[in-house]
Amino acid sequence: MGTHVQGPPNLRLVHSSTRLRVISGNIIMKKKNFSVLFTFMRGNRAQYLLSIFAIAISTIISLLNPLVIRYLIDSVIGGEPFEGPAWLISLLEKLGGTSWMLQHIMLGASSLILLTAVSGLFHFLKGKWSAEAAETTAKNIRNRFFAHLQRLPFDYHVKARTGDLIQRATSDIETIRKFLATQFVEIGRTLFMVIMAATIMIRLNVKMGLFSMAVIPFIFTFAYLFFLKVQKTFRASDEAEGRLSTVLQENLTGIRVVKAFGRHRFEIDRFDERNQEFRVLTTRLIRLLAWYWSLSDFMSLMQIGAVLILGGYWAATGVFSMGTMVVFFTYVGRLLWPVRQLGRILTEMGKTFVSLERIQEILNEPEEKDLFSGLHPEITGRIEFDHVSFRYEEGPDILKDVSFTVEAGETIAFLGPTGSGKTSLVHLLPRLYEPTSGEIRIDGIPLGTIEKQWLREKVGIILQEPFLFQKTLKENIALARDGVIEEQIFTAAETAAVHDVILSFERGYDTLIGEGGVTLSGGQKQRVAMARTLMKESPILIFDDSLSAVDTETDAQIRKSLKDRGNKATTFIIAHRTSTLAEADKIIILENGRIVQMGTHEELSRQDGLYRRIWQIQNELETELEEELNPQLQA
Amino acid sequence: MSVLEEKEYSKNFDLSTWKELLPFVKPFKRQIIFMMVLMFIVAAIDAVSPFLTGWVIDNVIVPGETGKLPYFGIFYGILIIIQALVIWLFIDIAGKIDMGICYEIRKGAFHRIQELSFSYFDKTPTGWLMARLTSDTQKLGDVVAWGIVDLTWGITMMTTMAILMAFTHLKLTLIILSVIPVLFVIAVYFQRKILKRFREVRKVNSKITASFSEGIRGAKTTKTLVREQANDMEFHKLTGSMRRSSVRAAVLSALFLPMVLTLGSIGTALAIGMGGNGVVAGTISFGVLVSFIFCSLQFFDPIMELSRVFADLQYAQASAERVISLIQTEPGIKDPEEIEESYGTFLHPKRENWPAIKGSITFENVSFAYDKGQAVLSNFNLEVSAGETIALVGETGSGKSTIVNLACRFYEPTEGKILIDGVDYRKRSLQWLHSHLGYVLQNPHLFSGTIMDNIRYGRLNATDEEVKEAARLVNAHEFITALSEGYQTDVGEEGAKLSTGEKQLVSFARAILANPMIFVLDEATSSVDTETEFLIQQAINKVLEGRTSFIIAHRLSTIRSADRILVVRNGKIEEGGTHHELLKNRGYYYRLYTNQFMEERESRLLSV
Repeated sequence: MGTHVQGPPNLRLVHSSTRLRVISGNIIMKKKNFSVLFTFMRGNRAQYLLSIFAIAISTIISLLNPLVIRYLIDSVIGGEPFEGPAWLISLLEKLGGTSWMLQHIMLGASSLILLTAVSGLFHFLKGKWSAEAAETTAKNIRNRFFAHLQRLPFDYHVKARTGDLIQRATSDIETIRKFLATQFVEIGRTLFMVIMAATIMIRLNVKMGLFSMAVIPFIFTFAYLFFLKVQKTFRASDEAEGRLSTVLQENLTGIRVVKAFGRHRFEIDRFDERNQEFRVLTTRLIRLLAWYWSLSDFMSLMQIGAVLILGGYWAATGVFSMGTMVVFFTYVGRLLWPVRQLGRILTEMGKTFVSLERIQEILNEPEEKDLFSGLHPEITGRIEFDHVSFRYEEGPDILKDVSFTVEAGETIAFLGPTGSGKTSLVHLLPRLYEPTSGEIRIDGIPLGTIEKQWLREKVGIILQEPFLFQKTLKENIALARDGVIEEQIFTAAETAAVHDVILSFERGYDTLIGEGGVTLSGGQKQRVAMARTLMKESPILIFDDSLSAVDTETDAQIRKSLKDRGNKATTFIIAHRTSTLAEADKIIILENGRIVQMGTHEELSRQDGLYRRIWQIQNELETELEEELNPQLQA
Repeated sequence: MSVLEEKEYSKNFDLSTWKELLPFVKPFKRQIIFMMVLMFIVAAIDAVSPFLTGWVIDNVIVPGETGKLPYFGIFYGILIIIQALVIWLFIDIAGKIDMGICYEIRKGAFHRIQELSFSYFDKTPTGWLMARLTSDTQKLGDVVAWGIVDLTWGITMMTTMAILMAFTHLKLTLIILSVIPVLFVIAVYFQRKILKRFREVRKVNSKITASFSEGIRGAKTTKTLVREQANDMEFHKLTGSMRRSSVRAAVLSALFLPMVLTLGSIGTALAIGMGGNGVVAGTISFGVLVSFIFCSLQFFDPIMELSRVFADLQYAQASAERVISLIQTEPGIKDPEEIEESYGTFLHPKRENWPAIKGSITFENVSFAYDKGQAVLSNFNLEVSAGETIALVGETGSGKSTIVNLACRFYEPTEGKILIDGVDYRKRSLQWLHSHLGYVLQNPHLFSGTIMDNIRYGRLNATDEEVKEAARLVNAHEFITALSEGYQTDVGEEGAKLSTGEKQLVSFARAILANPMIFVLDEATSSVDTETEFLIQQAINKVLEGRTSFIIAHRLSTIRSADRILVVRNGKIEEGGTHHELLKNRGYYYRLYTNQFMEERESRLLSV
């Protein structure tokens, strides 16, 4: 709530802490920014106009109050003839003229209450309408930003800087909202106020009117320049605060190290340094603000005093009436505060435009193609890779001329050193990336013609580092499919060997994951993610090294229950556990993006190569154990 | 822990909570008094101002005498110079008090945090503590310093003005001021309601932030699960309710000002109506009438300010409660007074009184449970002789880390005792033990600063050469000198500019620089690449010589070199012995070893 000086013109110019809460920002005002802002306001522009209209009416009516007081003082009480619009004079005459008014002075005074109430009503409407408009705009920006983020390509999110995106989504949108909800209308109000008050004052007395507003341009310029100038100090204080919280954050996350080394003293000194620095810099900032407020108060008070003295002189010498002087006096007091605020708002507006730009920057990133357009074929699960090559935007080829065919229902395993292209290969199937050349076909249909959403429904992939949402375990597992029943969730969890783990939690399936809930181990997370993907019952299933954190025994158990379940899906498995590999219908060995070996367990174990080397480890182990346990043999 | 709940609001204003803050405010007692005096002056000048207008009307305008105007001008000029000066002073001083109180509270809270034991940090999220030392502290400084400003100004101005009015015309004063109490009650009521609404908004807002964060971090998963539209729908619900609650809050606060002003205009109307009759009847002068009109208008600012301060205070109450609860938390592990007397305190250790340490450790019937939970260890016995290297293996949650943490006295046994060099370690000071401790964790934590600074953290008075010596000892020297700025390389926030392996080497050098008698490696090699693992392994063999050490590990190379391997299961030592002996047993260790052997070899084969 801003503190409005709606009240009287006086030496008092609001001394409240509210005036000190100022935020820094840069001034970058470009035409482009305004047009962006207007785009966001689409759909609510009428409401914005309406609220500006309301504030105009409210301002006009509130400026009538001093005129009523002038009439009551000069004409009713003072008995001077009333100068005003003819219709008003005749209306008052009909009521019974000045003498009647004098008898019913309370009635005249009550009109002040009425005027204030009506002005207040419009003020309220302005508040309501501008809030509705601004909040709707904010809602639209938020929704659009969120939807856009989700539709950005997979690769964008691989590289994204999460913290920066979150900041744009929260504080930048908030800055825009604030501007629209309060400052935008406030600028309109101030302009109206100045124009209206100037008109009335000049009509009452040209000289006195001009004189009363003499300080306004100065005070406005002063405010604007001041806040422009002190940006650096604002920033210094902000940065010191940043450093303070970094030291604090580091101390808290490293508190175990601090304790283990007994470095309390050192840490306290280090923190104290930052704490002191922040204190000094902010105190310096507040001192600057003290200069601003005392100087601008002084200027305002001078203007008010000048009006009082010159107005008093002219009223005494009969240039105008006492009531007129009171009107000037009141107007001046009312004008000064918003003008000073305006200087500040304008300097802060730069911040809004910076935020707008930051939002726009993300919205301009192209979204994924074919997300909602393309074929919707029935899919049984026969997959062909036809001379597929792939590379990330800029970089060497990751996959080189890869060709193979998988029949529906088959299990195919991939083995290869880090960076051989296994993960990239399976990422091509749900079209998380597109091949650079060659073609992938599902049941004979080129992958590129199928709608991505449809395709991803049919291709269940469990990522290496799965993300669980901050929901209950039940909700997390049910996420992939609508309208599931509990039984299905339990079955999926059982297959993924996580059912018993979940039941061991105090709240079972209703356990919340993440902040405020339980923290799952890496293996548990992978298993929950697996259960979640199983829920889709998709004809194609991909395990991207998705059981790496699960121990060997549980891994075996999972594979067994998958088999028992009668898994008909075409399954792609990236793994390096020999037992997993051996069970596959076909094993593909990738090296440097090329298929170097392909065949069944029997075939590959007979060939020299990576696969056989892996199997040989078993022999190495046995030899080593032999040596360790029967040292005599060595001799 | 009820304090952990982010309850933002305490129902009742409780003076005793605020009394606890007094020690932090006390250093500023004189400044506060001075500031209050300044506010008296400001308020008095503000209160006088409507009467100045009245004076001009009665003495200049009505009689048509302009002769007194120059004197008035001089008087007015002096008055506004004083006013501007006082305004400068009070803002400056209030700022100093505000920042000073923040500084003191922050300092006190930070101090306390350094003393709290591990168990406190187990159950207290970092974010919670951050918020206490940042936003809550700021809120308290704000509400105390500026609250006093607003309260003093508001109360003084209302009183002074009421007195001046009463002296001028008592009856009229009483009539006009009759609106004030009603106004005040309504204002306080509204401000509270408005604050409450805004709190609701903040609550939804934090949900939106969480949702954005999830949407961004989970975007990849969302794609694979085809959850885009479903997420959109969920998010729309949130933004919808955000819009609703924001508008509700805004509508309420939009109602506030017009209501107060309208109610206030009743006072003005009364002044004109009653006063006007008085002017006509000749009992009241024009000047008095006008100054009363202005007075009636001017009464609103203090009322609005005061009601805001009251609402703010109530809001800040929750902040005060949380900060105080933090500052008053007693550390779970603390040296008793008699120990402090001979060994010194954290801040002033008396090292000269410290006995030398050899490093033998004995667990005697030790039982332990985390915070009233299930017992992790019960009746645990273990004897480690000085200089021995012990490897602990077992599953997550088996109790390995607990054993080490107890040995380091990061926790204390619930039952039984732990002897170091044959003496119960509770009979010696915490810092005595910790200063002989070397500690390397799985996720090495570095502080921002240079590599040099970070290694020197192990021994603050080490020379550059000693730092480099430590780095050489742990094979870190090579990678450090390969960096463009060598030891002066800035490691970034929490060491972010280094790889995990590099961080681990630095943290190892840091630990070794302290020349500890007891060394702990907690999964120190598990998240580093094979190459770094090899470097660390080499270093371990070199530096553990002659130190009592605990190694928690699953990499075989690290385990095998230990003097003794202990297999821990469910808080008990299931097997113990050398690598050779344990293999012979063909028990749990044997299985563990064969599994691990396969995994390590496979991954070596595949990580070309």
